[in-house]
Amino acid sequence: MASPLFVRNEMLPSLPPPARESGVVKWLRENLFSSALNSVLTVLAGLAVLWLASFILPWLAHGVWNASSVAECREKVAASFGPDAAGPCWAVIRLRWNQFLFGLYPQAEYWRPTTAAALLMVSLSPVLYYGLRRAALNITVTMTVLLVLALIGLGTDWLHIAISVAIMLALAAVASVAPKRLLWLTLLFPFIAFFLIWGGPVWTAVGALAGFVIFAGVWFLAQKSVGVVVGAGIALVVASLWWTSLQGTVTGALATALPWGLPYVVSDNIGGFLLAFVIGITAISASLPIGVLLALGRRSDMPLIHSLSVGFIEFFRGVPLITVLFAANFLLLYFLPPRTNFDLILRVIIVVIIFASAYIAEVIRGGLAALPRGQYEAADALGLDYWQAQRLIIMPQALKISIPGIVSSFIGLFKDTTLVALVGLMDPLQGVTKIVRSDNAWKGIYWEPYIFVGGIFFIVCFSMSRYSMYLERKLKTDHR
Amino acid sequence: MSLADPAPKAGFRLSQLIYDTRYRSYTIQVVVLLLLVAVLIWLVNNTIANLAVRGKDINFDFLWSRAGYDIGQTLIPYTNDSTHGRALVIGLLNTLLVAVLASFFATVLGVVVGVLRLSNNWLVARLMTVYVEVFRNIPLLLWIILVFVILGETRPGPKDFKVTPEMTAAGQEPAASMWFWDTVAVTNRGTNIPRPLLEHGIGSFEILGVPINLSVIATILVLIGSVWVNRILLRKATAVQEATGTRPTTWWKSLLILVVPVVALLAAMGLHFEYPELKGFNFQGGILVFHSFTALLVALTLYSATYIAEAVRAGIQAISRGQSEAAHALGLRPGRTMSLVIMPQALRVIIPPLISQYLNITKNTTLGMAISYMDLKGTLGGITLNQTGRELECMLLMMLIYLALSLLISALMNIYNNAVRLKER
Repeated sequence: MASPLFVRNEMLPSLPPPARESGVVKWLRENLFSSALNSVLTVLAGLAVLWLASFILPWLAHGVWNASSVAECREKVAASFGPDAAGPCWAVIRLRWNQFLFGLYPQAEYWRPTTAAALLMVSLSPVLYYGLRRAALNITVTMTVLLVLALIGLGTDWLHIAISVAIMLALAAVASVAPKRLLWLTLLFPFIAFFLIWGGPVWTAVGALAGFVIFAGVWFLAQKSVGVVVGAGIALVVASLWWTSLQGTVTGALATALPWGLPYVVSDNIGGFLLAFVIGITAISASLPIGVLLALGRRSDMPLIHSLSVGFIEFFRGVPLITVLFAANFLLLYFLPPRTNFDLILRVIIVVIIFASAYIAEVIRGGLAALPRGQYEAADALGLDYWQAQRLIIMPQALKISIPGIVSSFIGLFKDTTLVALVGLMDPLQGVTKIVRSDNAWKGIYWEPYIFVGGIFFIVCFSMSRYSMYLERKLKTDHR
Repeated sequence: MSLADPAPKAGFRLSQLIYDTRYRSYTIQVVVLLLLVAVLIWLVNNTIANLAVRGKDINFDFLWSRAGYDIGQTLIPYTNDSTHGRALVIGLLNTLLVAVLASFFATVLGVVVGVLRLSNNWLVARLMTVYVEVFRNIPLLLWIILVFVILGETRPGPKDFKVTPEMTAAGQEPAASMWFWDTVAVTNRGTNIPRPLLEHGIGSFEILGVPINLSVIATILVLIGSVWVNRILLRKATAVQEATGTRPTTWWKSLLILVVPVVALLAAMGLHFEYPELKGFNFQGGILVFHSFTALLVALTLYSATYIAEAVRAGIQAISRGQSEAAHALGLRPGRTMSLVIMPQALRVIIPPLISQYLNITKNTTLGMAISYMDLKGTLGGITLNQTGRELECMLLMMLIYLALSLLISALMNIYNNAVRLKER
């Protein structure tokens, strides 16, 4: 007879969780229907999404890519999807693609901004992913492929394609051997891009570059004996002497002796996203160092420097960008010697740089204020002088704290490049879209160009904000 | 270890001005001052020379001469015979009107979106994230122009609202109809809304050509009085609660105090509405709101609300979980936890970015220029500037006004910040 005692001596296999506590049901219960209010919200939100989708999805599905006017486009939609169907007319983007990208840039020279764009991405790689070989190589190779495809698509002659590919392959080799060396390309890029986009004799860009080399050389030599600030002042004087009096003669002589160069492109012809990127990237890269200096000036012990910085920052933060742009358009000529006149794009870029640097300065001041006093005192205790302390201790931490603010200033700055249309430049939003919409064939079209332009702005700005999140994660040193 | 050598007693040498850190800052400041003065002199000289070349002078007399242009949207009386100075005031009022309204609507929308983004409802939180990201990452100018173009090009013309006897006989509907029980008509020319009118108002008087409506002032005074009485009531209720532990019911008293006097006053003055009606080829009566105003208001609201939503979200997230857990441990219900514990602390974080967002809204109203909204930039910096050719004066005046507005808002922010700052040590 078996014993009445029962002792289980092996574990039972665990039962599966009840149906309402696992899988999709559990997720739905927790995330969508956790309470009465939440259920109502879910239903309302779901209805809203469905309602929007019922308009947008059929509309998107009825796109037409081949048409020469709105009327033809509407006919095609009606012919293939029924008389009541509505659909987007992407044909306008296809036909006006070049204008959206380059404005009125001469067609034969499209390869120049395209190459500049590829070089831009490569020279950004050491800034964005410093010393990461795989990232640098990936970017360079991708850009080479894209550049070749774009150049073939633009119908460039084979000589230029071969030269571009050779340069890109050389850069790829640099990226694979010593990715940090690409930083030299970054330093040279402004001059290369200026030469490629505006053209003219190559010596103009070289002359401007020589001025910067002179500045750096003199500063390096002088700062050891007289200090950073005085050294910079001396270097600036020497470099200005070169730019104002010597450069013109030297580059002029070189240009007659060795007439190398590209056909000159008038600034008025530069438009579309090319213009937005030229203004945006110049202003972004120049406003950061100026902003740092302004922020330091605002925290300076020297009363004159402090009050000048405060006045500058508060003035430019207090007035809208449009008024500053109009001042550049109307007033700048009053403040310069009579009968001087210089390029509107250059004036606009200078004004946007000044404007953006005031905002960056405030962001960085916030970062500086957030640093504990101990950091400053520790730097002093180590015997570092002011600039060493700033470079080695203060700025790395302050900039790290201010990354989100800096990047959102950059995003704002890039979005603000659309405002240059109001002083007569041809930006993608107002300038080009207006031209497209005033064409008789495309009268009454509005969703398609605005979706296209907005989409590109969205991609650029969204990737900037994602990159800032990546950078914050990468630089995070605290343990949580 | 030996003590450091005492500082050399030698007299002051000229080279110390550069090498000695004690004197270097003076050298730098003196050099900067000299440079600054030199640049200023250069600028002033250039300006004088340029003005002489163009045969102009600096003169603000044009503000008192006849403007000669019409402005569609005017808050105070204006005709094209008025002065440029009055056009300036019209522009400033239009700027302030759209800025204040956009700030108000953006705050309401932004707070709702910011709270919903933190909701534990997956769908709602995602929807709000999509909204915020889409509107933040696309230029404001695009939204303004898009809303303007859609309003102007998709809405039917006034003739589409027409109902002819033949159509009624055939049982046909007109191509377009008015909204909200036939009170609001959105045509391709503008939005027609009802106009409030008073049967027997108290009257009005004028200060400097600006009519001051006494009925409006009376209404506002009554409202302020009601709020004041209501506050006394609430304070008494709190006193009773602190003395006895039970709070007397106040909500219906509050409602009575806040609503009845205003309604009584308006009824006494005979408030009624004049509704827009289709007469001939256009809507007559009511107020015509231009699409430039509507588009600017809608786009500014939707765009700025995303920034306010982010500020609200950041503020609420900045309060550590321990605070709400402590409140729960004290036995506070969720609603009271929010209103008594989380919000007072979160507001300290939320308000500064909120006010700087109001500042941005004020500055962004200048984008109305793209759709010909007649704000300060449109009157003083637009038509007045072009007609009188006085770029220098107009631009300086305009920048000064915007600067004054910004400094005013920043000053308010600083006052608030000092009031709510955590008083430590």
